[in-house]
Amino acid sequence: MNPLSISSLPRREFLKSGGALIVAFSGFSGANMSFAQEPVAPGLRAAGPGPPDARLIDTWIAIHADNTATVYIGYVELGQGASTALLQIAAEELDLDMSQISSVRNDTHVTPNQGATVASAAIERGGPTIRAAAAEARQALLALSSRRLGAPADRLTVSKGVVSVAGNPGASVKYGDLLGDKPFAVPFTGNAPQKPVSQYKIVGARHPRLDLPDKVSATYVYVQQVRLPGMLHGRVVRPQGQGAYADGARVVSIDAASIAAIPSARVIRKRDFLGVVSPNEWDAVRAAKQLKVVWDVPASLAGTDGLFDQMRSAKTIDSVIAEKGDVSSALARATHVVNATYRGPYQGHMPFGPNCAVADVTSDGATVMCSTQSVYGTRDKVAKVLGVSATSVRVQYYEGAGTFGRSCYDDAAQAAAMMSQDSGKPVRVQFSRADEHGWDNFGPAHLADVKVAADASGRIVAYEYDGWQHVWSTIETSEQLALGTPANESPDGTSRNLNKITLGSMYDIGNLRLNNHRVPGIKGYLKASNLRSPLDVSFAFASEQAVDELAHMAGIDPLEFRRRNMSDPRWLGVVDAVAKAANWTPGRAVASTRRSHGRVVTGRGIGLGTHMSSYGAAIADVRVDRDTGAVVCTHLYGALDAGLVVNPAAVENQISGQLVQAASRTLKEEVTFSKTNVTSLDWNSYAILRFGETPAVTPIVVQRMDQKSTGAGEEVVAAASAAIANAFFDATGVRLREYPLTASRVKAALARA
Amino acid sequence: MALTITVNERRESVTAAPDTPLLYVLANDLALNGPRFGCGLAQCGSCSVLVDGVETRSCVTPVARVEGKRVTTLEGLAGYYAKLAKLSTAPALHPLQQAIIDEQAAQCGYCYNGMIVKGAELLSKIPRPTEAQIRTAMNGHLCRCGTYPRVLAAIQRAAQVMAEVTR
Repeated sequence: MNPLSISSLPRREFLKSGGALIVAFSGFSGANMSFAQEPVAPGLRAAGPGPPDARLIDTWIAIHADNTATVYIGYVELGQGASTALLQIAAEELDLDMSQISSVRNDTHVTPNQGATVASAAIERGGPTIRAAAAEARQALLALSSRRLGAPADRLTVSKGVVSVAGNPGASVKYGDLLGDKPFAVPFTGNAPQKPVSQYKIVGARHPRLDLPDKVSATYVYVQQVRLPGMLHGRVVRPQGQGAYADGARVVSIDAASIAAIPSARVIRKRDFLGVVSPNEWDAVRAAKQLKVVWDVPASLAGTDGLFDQMRSAKTIDSVIAEKGDVSSALARATHVVNATYRGPYQGHMPFGPNCAVADVTSDGATVMCSTQSVYGTRDKVAKVLGVSATSVRVQYYEGAGTFGRSCYDDAAQAAAMMSQDSGKPVRVQFSRADEHGWDNFGPAHLADVKVAADASGRIVAYEYDGWQHVWSTIETSEQLALGTPANESPDGTSRNLNKITLGSMYDIGNLRLNNHRVPGIKGYLKASNLRSPLDVSFAFASEQAVDELAHMAGIDPLEFRRRNMSDPRWLGVVDAVAKAANWTPGRAVASTRRSHGRVVTGRGIGLGTHMSSYGAAIADVRVDRDTGAVVCTHLYGALDAGLVVNPAAVENQISGQLVQAASRTLKEEVTFSKTNVTSLDWNSYAILRFGETPAVTPIVVQRMDQKSTGAGEEVVAAASAAIANAFFDATGVRLREYPLTASRVKAALARA
Repeated sequence: MALTITVNERRESVTAAPDTPLLYVLANDLALNGPRFGCGLAQCGSCSVLVDGVETRSCVTPVARVEGKRVTTLEGLAGYYAKLAKLSTAPALHPLQQAIIDEQAAQCGYCYNGMIVKGAELLSKIPRPTEAQIRTAMNGHLCRCGTYPRVLAAIQRAAQVMAEVTR
């Protein structure tokens, strides 16, 4: 990997807890409740429930008397570094040093509503707003300075929040003296002139993550560590592992005497929602485990082995996502045709610390602390289960473990809120490992039939992709059980249908058709939602393997084959960048059928991947033990063009993480289930890549200062997944068209070959 | 029942059932944020502490079992290191904590309690571990964000720094 040479970082007061575990908590007594460790400047914030008015500069930025600024950001820090990068954007426009700027905890009483932090869009969608607000704030500050200094605004320069008059070094004023803790009281029009990219000093430069010092020194407070005075510990009680989404879980009977030996514990029941609370956490854990409940568990799943047959025979809702040319006749005329079926499993978010939420529900309102990707979205969901208005609920964000999409955070928030409402006390609900593994909103399984064809010169002439998958569940488990809300699904849409960007768009193909087969996912399937690089891992695994098979059939080096079929300079840019970093030697895949049949073989493969608008390419080096079936990624290279990369250091970390996660998801991860329930309930039954198996990684940021910033957290997972599959073929001469590439699957495939 | 345990060089009196996992006592009674719940099954390492210098999963260790032993959490790691290295004053951070910042290793950071505690144990036993030794020692510590390569680099960096300090 490329080591970062950042030493001796300044300790920052960012999201700082002051080391206190017990959070001072004042209920709803004051409209501007704030935590002692994070004072909110008085008088600047909206009093009461938000969102604050997005059309006011004061909603976004406050200037303090000590010449520092607070930026109010609607996106959350998920460990991806977005909070640092968004402050870089604000500091750049405001001409402040990074040490002079900070943000506050996301809070429905404090921070603006910029939508959910999903699709790696914090910088792509949130950045322009923060940039525009900072530019407009700077303009207002310059107008004030002009009056104060008696000089026209166009003669003013700003450095580190000090405004000076050009040619008159004695005349200067600090932002803090102009406006210290007083409102701007100006509208946010979005029309202020912005700094040209050529003058950027902070944006585009490597900056150490602001959250890391507290994270390594145990002063950072994760949601799992929030403790309120008088709080009860809560645990949900559910069947071990979810069944089919529509079935939820039905309580037949509860044997209250089964926990009589734990007198501090109390059972909470709301319809089929069951939990236990106790002032003592260990008592709550034991009670949840010992409480005897008879559940009605219908055998309505197909089981892992029956899943793909079930999907293929489902009565699907079909649509054509993209179509050009005449695929059928192009296929008929082609010299080389690949026609193959690929499969991708359900996979889980499985945050490393299971979800947790702390709620305090009183007659005055509710406060919920949780690790949601959308504080305003969670507010609505909590209000629904409490039967109160959204504006009587306050949601505050505390970071949890990396979630990579919609894990059980809203489920935990609803559970904590209902248990607090029932108990009349604050309740902290900590999901167990089996709760999280068993009741996740999994990334959905995918089945694909791919036909891709080339002419004699190696030009791709036809591409047809038929894909089966179901969309996302919309009702959280706690709500489904407590209110009896029927299971429901999201509509079709991005990340739920075939992705016309991932599937074929990187190649110049005249005849293409994407046939989407939406499987009705309510009855007989697991709950599902967006998991990092949603469906794109399966799409790339299928599509980029099919393209690789075609290259091999045509006898052309797989890198050269791809280059020959693409003209977009940004795709070519990432392909060339990764090839250069890995020192790609042409011709290897062509030779794969001549591979030795030694016990341990090695191979190399390439793959491309995207999600929305960024460009990812990866090269994988793998080692395969033909006897044990073990596949190890020895080195993974990933190149990403995400336009203007605000913080290349943070994006390198994102690429590295994506490469390792791609190895984990391609080689290891698979949700298993019987006809009644999910059976992969811990880190043994749902294996992930371990430290000893980690590849060396080489992240490459293709910086494009002239392009708008786009997402940086999804594309390389997809690219690397395909690269690993193609490297497996290069090593063994055998195609594995279903992932994960587990030892048993590898041995079976090699035995068949 | 009343128990006395020694955590980060301080004797602490706590009231807990003897089979209570040490983690809950550290987190709830002693308000420590280092050890944290990950699985409750000793599978992941997020709850790790040192017990008499040995990395131990506090989620499955009954609190009664550490009576009379020295428990060190992430909070006390710099002091523990200073004592081992015979430094006159404890640094603010263990060299591995600093190396993790220098390498910009963490993402969500949740697994880093265990990564740091286990890495510190390794460095106390093997001052200059090879890459293979690091991989073996750390294999029981999982990371969901995929930051293993940077943890590895941070352990190597810390080993170098520690060698310079004690030279």
